[in-house]
Amino acid sequence: MIEMKPLSGRRRAYDRILRFLLYFCAALTCALLVAIIGYIFVRGLPHVTWDFLTTAPSYIHDTIGILPNILNTIYIVVVTLIIILPLGVGAAVYLTEYAKNQKLVAAIEFATETLTGIPSIIFGLVGMLFFCEKLGLQASLLAGSLTLVLATIPTIIRTTQESLKTVPQSYREAALGLGAGKWHMIRTVVLPSSIDGIVTGCILSIGRIVGESAALLFTAGMGMSLNNFFSSASNFIHSSGASLTVALYVYARERGEFDVAFAIAAILMLLTLAINLAASLVGRKLKK
Amino acid sequence: MKRKFRPMEAVMRLVFFICGFIAIAFVLFISVYLIISGLPAIREIGLREFLFGTEWASTASEPKFGILPFILTSVYGTCGAIILGVPVGFMTAVFLAKIAPPKLAAVVRPAVDLLAGIPSVVYGLIGMMVLVPAVREAFDLPDGASLFCAIIVLAVMILPSIISVSETALKAVPPEYEEASLALGATHIETVFRVSVPASSSGIAAAVVLGIGRAIGEAMAIIMVSGNVANMPSLFASVRFLTTAVSSEMAYASGLQRQALYSIALVLFVFIMIINVVLNTLLKRKKE
Repeated sequence: MIEMKPLSGRRRAYDRILRFLLYFCAALTCALLVAIIGYIFVRGLPHVTWDFLTTAPSYIHDTIGILPNILNTIYIVVVTLIIILPLGVGAAVYLTEYAKNQKLVAAIEFATETLTGIPSIIFGLVGMLFFCEKLGLQASLLAGSLTLVLATIPTIIRTTQESLKTVPQSYREAALGLGAGKWHMIRTVVLPSSIDGIVTGCILSIGRIVGESAALLFTAGMGMSLNNFFSSASNFIHSSGASLTVALYVYARERGEFDVAFAIAAILMLLTLAINLAASLVGRKLKK
Repeated sequence: MKRKFRPMEAVMRLVFFICGFIAIAFVLFISVYLIISGLPAIREIGLREFLFGTEWASTASEPKFGILPFILTSVYGTCGAIILGVPVGFMTAVFLAKIAPPKLAAVVRPAVDLLAGIPSVVYGLIGMMVLVPAVREAFDLPDGASLFCAIIVLAVMILPSIISVSETALKAVPPEYEEASLALGATHIETVFRVSVPASSSGIAAAVVLGIGRAIGEAMAIIMVSGNVANMPSLFASVRFLTTAVSSEMAYASGLQRQALYSIALVLFVFIMIINVVLNTLLKRKKE
């Protein structure tokens, strides 16, 4: 048996103090989360009623409802996803399947990282200058969605790229060996086996879009009335209005309707919980 | 065997090629657009006057456009958030990567992800309704909205990025290093802090830089807690950041004032690009 010398007092103190600090900081992080969620739910959930969710604000009845904001958010999510999905998946396919020049790949990956780091207020400003003013879309949901395309495309590119990399090389070789062309191989072998990663990318992008506010403030408008965007092409292009996040901001800062703001915050928290849960479920499936 | 010419293959190759360049195109587009829109006002005001002028009076009869207050506020605010947020985030990351039993880590990690998913307006709302009144009471101020509140909100908001990047770096330390240290008689905690942490220092540095980027680009949460007056920064004064300077006047600005806002965005963009390059270098060094 080797005899172990007991630790010196100094070393034991070092050990104890650091161990305590580690537990303390982890506990602090969790406590912050619990406090934030708890406070939002306690202040917000009592004001979430069926009428609140399913009506538009009415001056006559002096009631506030957030149906328009819910619909605006859905519109922005759908339109943005429809645009970024093919573009982002396409970019990831190019990076993993076609690109041969390593310098080029590095440049594209650097650009993707850069895009991730740009603050949303800058996207908002550029979106306002280009989509709203230059292209004449004014403040509209379409302009807001196009702005978010710039902001969210890196998410899709990165997650798709990760899952394309996990497709075994032998699958590709088998398909090519059977005489399939590259596109045929990608369509029938590579993309189907990385569908989980693409779905995760979509879920993460939805999370980003739902939580986005600074990029939408000046591009999508701040209106609270009901849009009928699918009734005609011009409605589709010109509808404008506040998403849930922008509505929260407007109610809290400009109208002093704090109960409404907390109710919207509670709904946003529920959405965030659902999105995180969905992402981790799909992610777990991906690992298997 | 002769290869059949497949037109579809050629078309798809081109399509993927174009998609691959989308990220580069977006970054170039944003940079060029910001430079074109940001330069005229700087030229008219004078670079020195603009960057180092201490007075911002955009709507006065003799308007002054000095953005030094915003630059300093952003720098101080970011430093404050880093000083508060990095130790807590770092310790939590060490806890998750090295100390926590797997079952506990499986609870804390989703909590961190959730913290990252909370929309910034929700942070802003809580800051505005809880933190600002508390600061006003505690320090006996006429108005609690101040740089101090913004620092606390930012510190919480950068926690998740710091935790997840540092944790990844810590987990990448080769187990042989730690085993060697343990075999030499160091305790588990000593091993973690004297071997694992130094071995992952560039990854942890990347986490800090990422936190700086997040903090300097945040707009919506701090506009709700910082009071939004263009003062030179001091801890309990109402202040305006680079980001909030852009968003708070954009709705009504016109002429030179509006162009000056584009120039502020350009300055912010330059900051962000520098941070991005540093971050990329650090992450690349980690890989090698």
